[in-house]
Amino acid sequence: MRIPLSWLAEYVDVAPGSTPEDVHAVLVKVGLEEEDIHRFDIAGPVVVGEVLDFVEEPQTNGKTIRWCQVRVAPDGEPAADGGEAVHGIVCGARNFFVGDKVVVTLPGSVLPGPFPIAARKTYGHVSDGMIASARELGLGDEHSGILRLVELGLDAPVGTDAISLLGLDDVSVEVNVTPDRGYALSIRGIAREYAHSTGAAFRDPAAQVQVADGDGFNVVIDDGAPIRGRIGADVFITRTVRGIDPSAPTPAWMIARLVLAGIRSISLIVDITNYVMLELGQPTHAYDLDKLTGGITVRRATPGEKITTLDGQVRALDPEDLLITDESGPIGLAGVMGGASTEVSAATTNVLVEAANFDPVSIARSARRHKLPSEASRRFERGVDPDVARAAAARVVQLLEQLGGGRADTLGSAHHTAVTVEPILLPHGYASELVGVEFTDDEVRTTLAEIGGAIEQTDAGLIVTPPSWRPDLTDKATLVEEVARIVGYDRIPSVLPVAPAGRGLTRDQQLRRQTANALAATGLTEVLVYPFLTQEQNDLFGSPNEQQVPAVRLTNPLDASAPFMRTSLLPGLIDTAKRNLSRGLTDLALFEVGLVFRPDGPVYGTEELPVGAALPTPEQLVRLEAGIPAQPRMVGALFTGESTQKQPGLTAVPSGIADALAAVRTLQNALGVTLEVRRGSHKALHPGRTAEVLLAGEHVGYAGELLPQVAVDADLPRVVAVLEVDLDAIIEAAGSELHVTPISSFPAATQDLSLVVDVDIPAADVLAAVVEGAGALLENARIVDDYRGSGVPDGSKSLTFALRFRAADRTLTASEASEAKLAGAARAAERIGAAVRE
Amino acid sequence: MFVPEPIEITESAVQDAVDAALAAIDTASDTAELKAARTAHAAEHSQLARLNAALRDVPADQKAAFGKLVGQARGRVNQAFAAKEAVLAEQENAKRLAEEAVDVTEVALPGRAGSRHPLSLLQERIADIFVGMGWEVAEGPELESEWFNFDALNFDADHPARALQDTFFVEPPEAHLVLRTHTSPVQVRALLERELPVYIVAPGRVYRTDELDATHTPVFSQVEGIAVDKGLTMAHLRGTLEHFARAMFGEEAKIRLRPNYFPFTEPSAEMDVWHPGAKGGPRWIEWGGCGMVNRNVLRSAGIDPDVYTGFAFGMGIERTLQFRNGLNDMRDMIEGDIRFSQQFGMVV
Repeated sequence: MRIPLSWLAEYVDVAPGSTPEDVHAVLVKVGLEEEDIHRFDIAGPVVVGEVLDFVEEPQTNGKTIRWCQVRVAPDGEPAADGGEAVHGIVCGARNFFVGDKVVVTLPGSVLPGPFPIAARKTYGHVSDGMIASARELGLGDEHSGILRLVELGLDAPVGTDAISLLGLDDVSVEVNVTPDRGYALSIRGIAREYAHSTGAAFRDPAAQVQVADGDGFNVVIDDGAPIRGRIGADVFITRTVRGIDPSAPTPAWMIARLVLAGIRSISLIVDITNYVMLELGQPTHAYDLDKLTGGITVRRATPGEKITTLDGQVRALDPEDLLITDESGPIGLAGVMGGASTEVSAATTNVLVEAANFDPVSIARSARRHKLPSEASRRFERGVDPDVARAAAARVVQLLEQLGGGRADTLGSAHHTAVTVEPILLPHGYASELVGVEFTDDEVRTTLAEIGGAIEQTDAGLIVTPPSWRPDLTDKATLVEEVARIVGYDRIPSVLPVAPAGRGLTRDQQLRRQTANALAATGLTEVLVYPFLTQEQNDLFGSPNEQQVPAVRLTNPLDASAPFMRTSLLPGLIDTAKRNLSRGLTDLALFEVGLVFRPDGPVYGTEELPVGAALPTPEQLVRLEAGIPAQPRMVGALFTGESTQKQPGLTAVPSGIADALAAVRTLQNALGVTLEVRRGSHKALHPGRTAEVLLAGEHVGYAGELLPQVAVDADLPRVVAVLEVDLDAIIEAAGSELHVTPISSFPAATQDLSLVVDVDIPAADVLAAVVEGAGALLENARIVDDYRGSGVPDGSKSLTFALRFRAADRTLTASEASEAKLAGAARAAERIGAAVRE
Repeated sequence: MFVPEPIEITESAVQDAVDAALAAIDTASDTAELKAARTAHAAEHSQLARLNAALRDVPADQKAAFGKLVGQARGRVNQAFAAKEAVLAEQENAKRLAEEAVDVTEVALPGRAGSRHPLSLLQERIADIFVGMGWEVAEGPELESEWFNFDALNFDADHPARALQDTFFVEPPEAHLVLRTHTSPVQVRALLERELPVYIVAPGRVYRTDELDATHTPVFSQVEGIAVDKGLTMAHLRGTLEHFARAMFGEEAKIRLRPNYFPFTEPSAEMDVWHPGAKGGPRWIEWGGCGMVNRNVLRSAGIDPDVYTGFAFGMGIERTLQFRNGLNDMRDMIEGDIRFSQQFGMVV
């Protein structure tokens, strides 16, 4: 809401000398947050001039200019710029006459832009200033000619300061009005809030106009389908004004205020309806009375019905839309926008003024449905004071009489369904209990009276009936907020509450942190990636095979090509890698810990929602939860470029599957679980360089290298290693407490064992057989060599394991260790056909 | 078999053997030469060994005198060996250490340095501050039911506040699912899941349909706090926020409350923080929203608002990081450029 300060000062005593910043400071105290300051950005000397004479001079460029002699100061007095009383000015416009009063921007003045004016040589003359158009002054869009004061109905002596004459010295402050405070979308409401904040006297503009009801104009409210039980229109006032002079201009002061309030001047009649809306917060509409057919019926649209709105758009209506109709059909989309067929025009002389109150929900839905947020709908959605409609209609009539030369007619209507406002009991002490400030009874009573509440004192507390303009005051807490904000939030003391002993972070939360810290400590950089993907990205990474996994689709994605929620972290990491590569960062080890969105099937959600403000039934809660797709937390990682860069004495180590598997080891260590790695397959990954990660035999993810074509298609180098595992699943398994085995301090016996096996047999299988066969004496076993070549048959490989044996209770003999080793070899021979290599 | 010639023990023979041994020790310049000298002058078959062996043949009455003579000689020689050995070992060790020296400023390092994302670290830090006060950390899904995101939080289906949330909706609309527009649904979840009193914070990711620019991102993070207990007031809200602000921004930090509107709190306030370390000097900075939990929110969780009261607050993590660390452009935080996170390492 933009508030021209001259307007505000009409209805509240603004402290003398207040700057816009001062006004902002006053308003922010009561909850109207400062947004901006708007001015005309025009600086003098700008004066009224009179065209004494001009000569038309055709130019070689085809234009004809006028070389004008303009009086800018009374005879014998210097001009405001210190120059002669008559200035020679070149003007490109030709819409004026000798004797016209015009606005002259003298050298030294500055127009919005900023556009400084100086005497300058042009078209063979020294133009000593400029004759301004309305647009150049910031007063509108009119630029086809210069502004003739007579067009605004203005006359003033030559040399008069035009800035103040036109209201261009006014300034408006813009504040953010929260959606509960519809009444503050008006000068009336802001003036009232200013008064609350400062204690200054408030003069209600609605009380300053003589209301009168017309009659004889037939209005029917015929709402066959009220929304949520509320009738579409409960107030519908009409008044008639006849004999308006179609040539009457909108006065400059009104244009200036409208412009400062952010509304364009259109015509006197429209400007007046907008002016009254800004002043009182009541949207009003003027119909060309001569274009109306019969009386008005307010009703819901019928299926298939259409309306052409003021903006010239044909709109297909929904049966929920509330319409203003006459016998010809729809003439307005109630509370949103008027219709074209009864629009006032440059020839309109008789108007029907409408000031109505519509159901906020109905208007909100229509405005959203037709994507037509208007100044009117914004106010109706937030609630308009139902008791201000009469005053608003009267104010429009008054201004049409005063400024348009019209005369009020008795034809009209006054449909007004009294709305009962529920009184609220505010128990004694409740305000203090909720705010923590010891308010006196007097403070509570005075504040609530100040905001317009009707108060009755009872033993239980105050019974407060909120004023008609405050539909947001619905319970005792809303009344407490009024008391607290008007007394001032600065009064609230600072008291630290003592929470009961907490249990600290959950194990999940600790392990998640540990995971991220461990990955970062082992050289990975954490990134946070947007979870929006294309269909193709989800198809490629969402499942290992050709099966398409269900994905959640957004109705209103920012990027229409990526409307899906991710089913894998990898596409996002690939995009991030690409961005880094494009910035010359080639050696990357990235990770993200984040959610993926994996509905069980194509159907999810909950069709019927429980109502708010009441505990749902257990069944409803179960249904709500069941309808929310699974969102497991995953760890994803991506490696490309070099994992160790070239340095003195060290050759570069390229990234590859080893990095992904090392990250698996890091996770295993960080989370205290055993992760098994075995050969896997995934359509986006390299067929020979893909590992499946398992936990207790259950699949938890993949580690490997991207299929080179996938990497290259994504503009990445050919070798890109990736990892994605289900962190939630791993952490769940990490929950149990470890029981440790005592550490033996007897000496160890170490022996190597080489086994020849078929090349296709995974080393892990061989190792597992050895470990199983060797029994309890084997303390540690690891693979130290994979040899293929002379001495080993083709199609076979020789795997060498380093084995460490130890007994819990004695020093092992060499033969005991050998025996155990051979038992391990025997098991491998039996299971895999491994042969001991001597 | 080698049979050494018999030898007669005389004072001069002993002295000669000792002199020869000491001379050899003296000239040995490394442990190998010293070892050779030991073989020649102190080992089996050396002159001293033979003199020692000859003691067998010495008449009994002279055994003591000759024994002493030879014994002392061997002692002197062995002592000299040991001393020289220590000197050489020390020399050789020093030489080796000198050879092993490297330029510590160019030692090749395997692997690479990683880092956490500062937004994650900041969330953890905030959580820690509250955990230190006995609060717990609660969570909820990012893809959320409209009931938790709106209805339960007193956002009427048709209230303009709901439209102002710039919500990402999920297909089909009848599913009533949204990407949560704030962390506030965790308030209701926590109240439903936990025993009263409840004191929790909920950091997490939220979504709004804002195009990415220097000050907006469609995906960002917030931290939410809610306390529901008997007798809580706005004074407790202020006290909590002030403690939090001091923990985050230093002892001089303080909180200012301004009236505002949120459907899920009543009374509601906008909070500003006095940031003593702000870039360009200490000043008030808009930090977030807060208020007393709306009675309807408590009712949605089955709590009697005449028995329990609560307060809640929420602030943007990106914004907090922005003014705390003097960042101008939101895009740096979300583009995943590794240079951004690497400025922070593992500390925010």
